Amino acid sequence: MIRMTFPLLVTAALVTGCGQPTETTVRPPETAFSAETLLLALETAQPGDVITVPEGRFDFRRGLTLIADGVTIRGAGMDASVLRFAEQVAGAEGLLVTGSDFTIEDLAIEDTAGDALKINGGRNIVVRRVRTEWTNGPDTANGAYGIYPVQTENTLVEESVAIGASDAGIYVGQSRNVIVRNSRAEWNVAGIEIENTVGADVHGNVTTRNTGGILVFNMPDLPQAGHSTRVFDNDVLDNSTPNFGAPGSAVASVPAGSGIIVSANDRVEVFDNRIAGHRTGNVLISSYFSAGYSREREMQPTFDPYPETIFLYGNTFGRGGQAPDRAELDAVRTALYGETGRLPDVVWDGFRNPEKTGSEFAICVSDGHAEVLDLDADGDYAAPGVDGAAHDCEHEKLPPVRLVSL
Amino acid sequence: MANRPVLARLAVGAVAAILAACAPPEVRFHASGHYPERLSDWGVLLARRGGLVLGRDVTPYDVNTPLFMDHALKLRTVWMPPGTAAELVNHARYDMPVGTVLSKTFFYPTEDGIAQAMPAWDGDVAGMDLDSARLVETRLLVRQSSGWDALPYVWRGDDAYLSLGGAIERFHLVVDGATAGLDYVVPTRNECASCHATKASRELLPLGIVTRQLNRGYHGSGDNQLDAWRHRGLLNGLPGPDEWPRNADWHGGDSATEHLARSYLDANCGHCHNPESVVDTTGLWLDYATHPMRRMGACKPPIAAGRGTGGRRYSIVPGQPEASILTFRMAATHPSERMPELGRTLVDRRAVAIVERWIASLPGTCG
Repeated sequence: MIRMTFPLLVTAALVTGCGQPTETTVRPPETAFSAETLLLALETAQPGDVITVPEGRFDFRRGLTLIADGVTIRGAGMDASVLRFAEQVAGAEGLLVTGSDFTIEDLAIEDTAGDALKINGGRNIVVRRVRTEWTNGPDTANGAYGIYPVQTENTLVEESVAIGASDAGIYVGQSRNVIVRNSRAEWNVAGIEIENTVGADVHGNVTTRNTGGILVFNMPDLPQAGHSTRVFDNDVLDNSTPNFGAPGSAVASVPAGSGIIVSANDRVEVFDNRIAGHRTGNVLISSYFSAGYSREREMQPTFDPYPETIFLYGNTFGRGGQAPDRAELDAVRTALYGETGRLPDVVWDGFRNPEKTGSEFAICVSDGHAEVLDLDADGDYAAPGVDGAAHDCEHEKLPPVRLVSL
Repeated sequence: MANRPVLARLAVGAVAAILAACAPPEVRFHASGHYPERLSDWGVLLARRGGLVLGRDVTPYDVNTPLFMDHALKLRTVWMPPGTAAELVNHARYDMPVGTVLSKTFFYPTEDGIAQAMPAWDGDVAGMDLDSARLVETRLLVRQSSGWDALPYVWRGDDAYLSLGGAIERFHLVVDGATAGLDYVVPTRNECASCHATKASRELLPLGIVTRQLNRGYHGSGDNQLDAWRHRGLLNGLPGPDEWPRNADWHGGDSATEHLARSYLDANCGHCHNPESVVDTTGLWLDYATHPMRRMGACKPPIAAGRGTGGRRYSIVPGQPEASILTFRMAATHPSERMPELGRTLVDRRAVAIVERWIASLPGTCG
């Protein structure tokens, strides 16, 4: 504990006659760090505070909230300092942060009722060597998100671990300028999800044993549409855990065995990844129409449901597409490639924006032998096929994300 | 979990004994960083001689549609420094003078010492008998020059004690004849800010001090509160009453389903679910303004609801409350499913029924 002035200053009242009480100050002796210590440190935090969490297991019955700017929470290691919420009765998150210039590092948040770490609306956010985990493993009753910055700007998530989220392990929503790197997402429905975010670099991560490895999505009805995400140098391996997402949630529609999914997002660059072990497909590219709301054709007029200007290159593909977790996909596989065949490494639902047919909006793939299968989902899978020429193109590469003032 | 009454408890007996003989207390304002441990030190509200006493010039008020908080009844008061007044900026925003103290005390009537869920009370502060009531918490909103501060106080015996980290109070509550254990959750100071704050400025604002909530007589009697405040010089800038919006009277004065439902959503959800709040991450607006039905959730898929969807596809499916996420979350109790996220652990069955009736009345279909 660096600064604990207010909560330990207890004011007692001395009453004189009928007048107003006067105040004296009593300072109780220092006590050992406890869950209560952290709660009060967050409640009374001031800019510049460094709140140190020592080694130990700390149990909470309610969520923690930090609203102050400029606070650092620092543990003694993601396996040493553990905030545990298995007995949580209140709060939709383990830790909710609305302040800017926030750093959290070297601790774990376990078994929260809802999201583990939600950072809503701040700028200059660092999540470093943080583990979020539901220790019972995949379960629909687990909280939705592990590490969850939303509407943030200049955000770095690195060397972190997210396990067991019933939605996404690392979920960056509606943010700008984001780097997610050198982290591990395992046993979640979605390993890493970048949603409605402008400017994200996702690299050096390992996503394995999720339902889907890395998702780049756009959803309607939100203040900001996402674009310009680079997914590179990741190990996306064996994401074939059966989908345990809550029915009705966006990720509940992710087929088991999905490597990288790009849905309704634009200017997405996927390169130099190692992608293997996905029975539905190593890379899936879809419109919003195929993202679980296929009957939903009415949406806000400004929402763009199509994936546009997608560029894949330099990826290494292993086994995939041999047993899609969707009957209609498996039917296509059997029809085109036979009982023992497999889908190509890139599977596209085939919905085209009738107003954006130029090559600058195309899905370009220069990945050696990788092919793009057009499912013709728009035509009820009547004429699926591979059109190599349509995807034999290149886009201008996106600039790296640079985090300002980090 | 966050109570530290030990030291402060020392003086309880002395305060009670001495104040019991005295006239109404004077309100005393405290600067930020010097907040008293004991609620009585504010002089706003005292437990005395088995009843409650309000400080001098402390005005109780009432709102049309209360926020549901596990069936707790509420006593709300306002005090402004002598000679000052609130200024109406617009019907959704009143600027209160520096030094204003708003209080909200949460309590339950008791029978044989057991808390009882009651739909309403008569607002008679002087007539309140603390032998048949359980005071749980008093929340203060105090207007400093830097803005509003939220201060949770938790009742212990004859006084309430500052508890910045909130508290989880375990007691029994009788609802519709059934007794059950309740984990009553007193919010932390920061949790207060998470509901009361606007997105752009992060400024904390009172929720009930808006025309559509104050536009009523105090507990259904006497002058309209807005008229009374204006006549007493407590409120400036109010236009004529023809222009006053009004939430439905959930104490029993209104019966139109849509107005009741929209008012309930406004008061219980709209302080977060509006375009100016941090919750615009959801794209769902439930404040009582003119929004397209899609914005209010009709045929709108969830964004990040997790298991809060209840397996349902849209926030509202017109005509089908049983298929709507909105009513699922209102009727849920798990912390990751229920809405609002803060402020309740029990279900407001009456509200669920009315919102279900409203959704059932909506025309149209999804997809």
